[in-house]
Amino acid sequence: MTLSEEEVAGDLEPAEPAPPSRGRVLAGRFLASRQGRAGVGVLALMFVLAFAGPLFAPWSHTDKDFAAFLEPPSGRHWFGTLQTGADVYALTLRGLQRSLIVGLLAALVSTALAALAGAFAGYFGGWTDRVLTWITDLLLALPAFLILAIMSPLFGSGQWPLFVLMLALFLWMVTAKITRGMTISLRQREFVRAARYLGVPPVKIIFSHVLPNLSSLLIVDATVNVSAAILAETSLSYFGFGIQPPDVSLGTLIADGSRTAIYAPWTFWFAAGLLVVTVLAVNVAGDALRDAFDPGAKGGR
Amino acid sequence: MSPVLEVDGLEVAFGDVPVVRGLSYELRAGEVLGIVGESGAGKSVAAAAVLGLLPPEAKVSGSVRLHGRELIGAPERELARIRGRTVSMVFQDPQSALTPVYRVGDQIAEAVRAHQRVTKEQAAVKAVDLLDLVGIPDPARRALAFPHEFSGGMRQRALIAMAIANDPDVIICDEPTTALDVTVQAQVLEVLRKAQCRTGAAIVLITHDLGVVAGFADRVLVMYAGRPVETGDVDDVYYRTRMPYTSGLLGSVPRVDGGGRRPLVPIEGGPPEPGRPAPGCPFAPRCPMREEACDDREPPLFEVGAGHRAACIRWADVRRADGGEQARAPREPVTRGPRTVLEVQGLVKRYPLMRGAMFRRRAGTVHAVAGISFDIREGETLGLVGESGSGKTTALTQILELAEPEEGRIVVLGCDTARLTAGQRAAVRRDMQVVFQDPAASLDPRMTVYDILAEPLRAHRAGAPGRRVAELLALVGLDTAHAARYPRELSGGQCQRVAIARALALEPRLLVLDEPVSALDMSIRAGVLNLLGALKDRLGLSYLFVAHDLAVVRYLADRVAVMQLGRIAEIGRAEAVYATPAHPYTQALLSAIPLPDPVRERSRERILLDGEPPSPADPPSGCRFRTRCPTFRGVLTAEERSLCVDAEPEVRPLGEDQAAACHYAEKLAVV
Repeated sequence: MTLSEEEVAGDLEPAEPAPPSRGRVLAGRFLASRQGRAGVGVLALMFVLAFAGPLFAPWSHTDKDFAAFLEPPSGRHWFGTLQTGADVYALTLRGLQRSLIVGLLAALVSTALAALAGAFAGYFGGWTDRVLTWITDLLLALPAFLILAIMSPLFGSGQWPLFVLMLALFLWMVTAKITRGMTISLRQREFVRAARYLGVPPVKIIFSHVLPNLSSLLIVDATVNVSAAILAETSLSYFGFGIQPPDVSLGTLIADGSRTAIYAPWTFWFAAGLLVVTVLAVNVAGDALRDAFDPGAKGGR
Repeated sequence: MSPVLEVDGLEVAFGDVPVVRGLSYELRAGEVLGIVGESGAGKSVAAAAVLGLLPPEAKVSGSVRLHGRELIGAPERELARIRGRTVSMVFQDPQSALTPVYRVGDQIAEAVRAHQRVTKEQAAVKAVDLLDLVGIPDPARRALAFPHEFSGGMRQRALIAMAIANDPDVIICDEPTTALDVTVQAQVLEVLRKAQCRTGAAIVLITHDLGVVAGFADRVLVMYAGRPVETGDVDDVYYRTRMPYTSGLLGSVPRVDGGGRRPLVPIEGGPPEPGRPAPGCPFAPRCPMREEACDDREPPLFEVGAGHRAACIRWADVRRADGGEQARAPREPVTRGPRTVLEVQGLVKRYPLMRGAMFRRRAGTVHAVAGISFDIREGETLGLVGESGSGKTTALTQILELAEPEEGRIVVLGCDTARLTAGQRAAVRRDMQVVFQDPAASLDPRMTVYDILAEPLRAHRAGAPGRRVAELLALVGLDTAHAARYPRELSGGQCQRVAIARALALEPRLLVLDEPVSALDMSIRAGVLNLLGALKDRLGLSYLFVAHDLAVVRYLADRVAVMQLGRIAEIGRAEAVYATPAHPYTQALLSAIPLPDPVRERSRERILLDGEPPSPADPPSGCRFRTRCPTFRGVLTAEERSLCVDAEPEVRPLGEDQAAACHYAEKLAVV
């Protein structure tokens, strides 16, 4: 029979293509979007401010200026001072450091936990599913706030990683349940079956097919969790659990500042403003990341 | 005689996107007009526009006159009076066209009462009469059934009963048989014909199947990119084609008749997307006869014969695109190869049928596969054919899962699946690959084509994928530039090519093809089929080809196995089975397939099956086909029948490489 040109084209010398694998395409698409660049830029700026900012300030967050109580911003105290004479600039940046780390880390850890637990339970089913679902339900039933409160003496100075972990441990369950349900329906899809029949190992299928197809959900969840973690930390700190003095976080600062916000707005607005900007930047970057993952999103190409 | 329905210059647009452009036709009483086109050609939208059923955002202009009365712009009340009484419609999906919570009889009675002043009792009686007319057995009892108790074919009959309830003058059928099996399709078309005789209605038959139109319609209208491109008498359009698109379609359809495999002539490229108006002929980019003048402006419909019009400036030069007379050489390996790549013996798979929500209990057993045996030798293609519910997909899944079967034995590439070590399993997975039905669903939407093709290579650690991916893309006729695309940026045919390339990445020996072309448009099919044929010859592959379409199977398969209700009815060399089928089921199946050839199609004697396929949960005793078997009913004596009732026939050989599971098998040419 006669073959058309394209069917016998296999004999031609094929050119080596640049491997357009997922990692590269994603990075390209993410950075090509204005949202993505702006979100990441602002976040990076926040980190620089939080960690490099204190180096240029004359005061540290433990210092007290007994010559200036509740002073408005000035050349001496850039963001003003508190009733105790503490420098608001130094305190805010120290708080930003803690909140950034606590918020981002707790969100990442909890979303990763949710994704793994949900996907493994949904994909493997059987005993894996039963054990993971049991753990999820157990944690949902435990009173998170009480346990964090009881454990708060452990979160003394330098113990913030434990705090992050505990915070994350109480944030992932609902998402894990959603992930599990979606994984069960994904498992029936033909491309997952195709991968199985190709001989791709199950764990690899979870990481290369299941989780990327749930990425929209997971990214939205992570961005929401950043704010949730910061707020949870804030409310815990407000009650005196969570971050312990003399360490500060944006949460403790806002809690303290809210009392004096009416007549000394600088005690409140700098911390609150930075919190809003941070959460906003995370959301914008998350949206851009979600669009980069989704081949159907507008402006992707 | 004045036409019943006149459509003149009908235009439909959604927003700025024109979907139907300049559609005109006339329909006389008792006439059947076939409207043919691929998906996206605008045929369904045009039908809905006639009845005023489009959503309000659709912009409709032009003229639709029913008995001389203008329908476009007519008030809703007037349209409501016409719908169902003067013009009625039969939809594609009988599942969703019936309300699940009402009894079928009540729904038909409702259609009667909507337009006739009759009592409820009279309407109910009329509903039973109608069900009887469309050939539903025991209509009085069936009228009380709910839609879910009906099979697909019976639902479609019920819809036809509703459509003719008020003696309409025009019945619009939108793909009425697309969702049905071929034997049921033949029954439903027969019912439609009968309904037309009874009511004298004119029918607009919308379909993509050129065979259905050939046997059923008087006139044809071919649509492409929202426009009619050729219209005329069926014989004129099929035998004296004057538009390259029509001739391309006719040349690209695999057929069950016609002396062996004629090479298919694919139409290059894909249909244009709506809303991108180019100045020239919309078919020009795919047209083999294209010349410069084609790009100047869209050709109008030229009068090319009596009542025959075609939209092509070179209509005088158009010839049927036959792939030349030299058909692909008849398969030489009459003796089968020595090495077996797949062997299935006495495979059985049952599913428990569970009832109850709180306390689940076993209510029965579905015998999905009830003991089938076949084998595939190296370099051979076995076509596994069957209608829905025949168990072919179950059999396929059993093979692909590489699990130990309930009963029987599966030997893949020399390894028995009941005794597989992990290493053997990986090796078998490497050498047996699969291509699924829906190309869009079988490719991960979040992966680029490059990653999709690299996946099997990475999974089996077959070295750096870069170079191999380029080779694979070239092998299936794609460009290296496609590597960076996502599946959704490719057309259906391109997606299927990627899926085939992925299956070939590890140089397998056995390829399992699960309905690889049935989700594709007909002009695309030929290209993929040709590709599969060429790859097999070049790479020495063996195929297990599962399909419901016997014509497609004939094109590719060396041997065919016909499945019916979990058993193999007939198996053997494709030429033998197609030329002289011996099992009554194979005969009925082959004779039910419409040929895209009007003269032969009209003169054919059809073997129509009676009744509905029995449920695999409750198969009849003895021969599983006897309840529908024309031989059992018409030919056999009572004495001979008792054998069919008592004993399940085994597959027994009938001459050289052909075997049938029938006590009274007799070879008979039906195509």
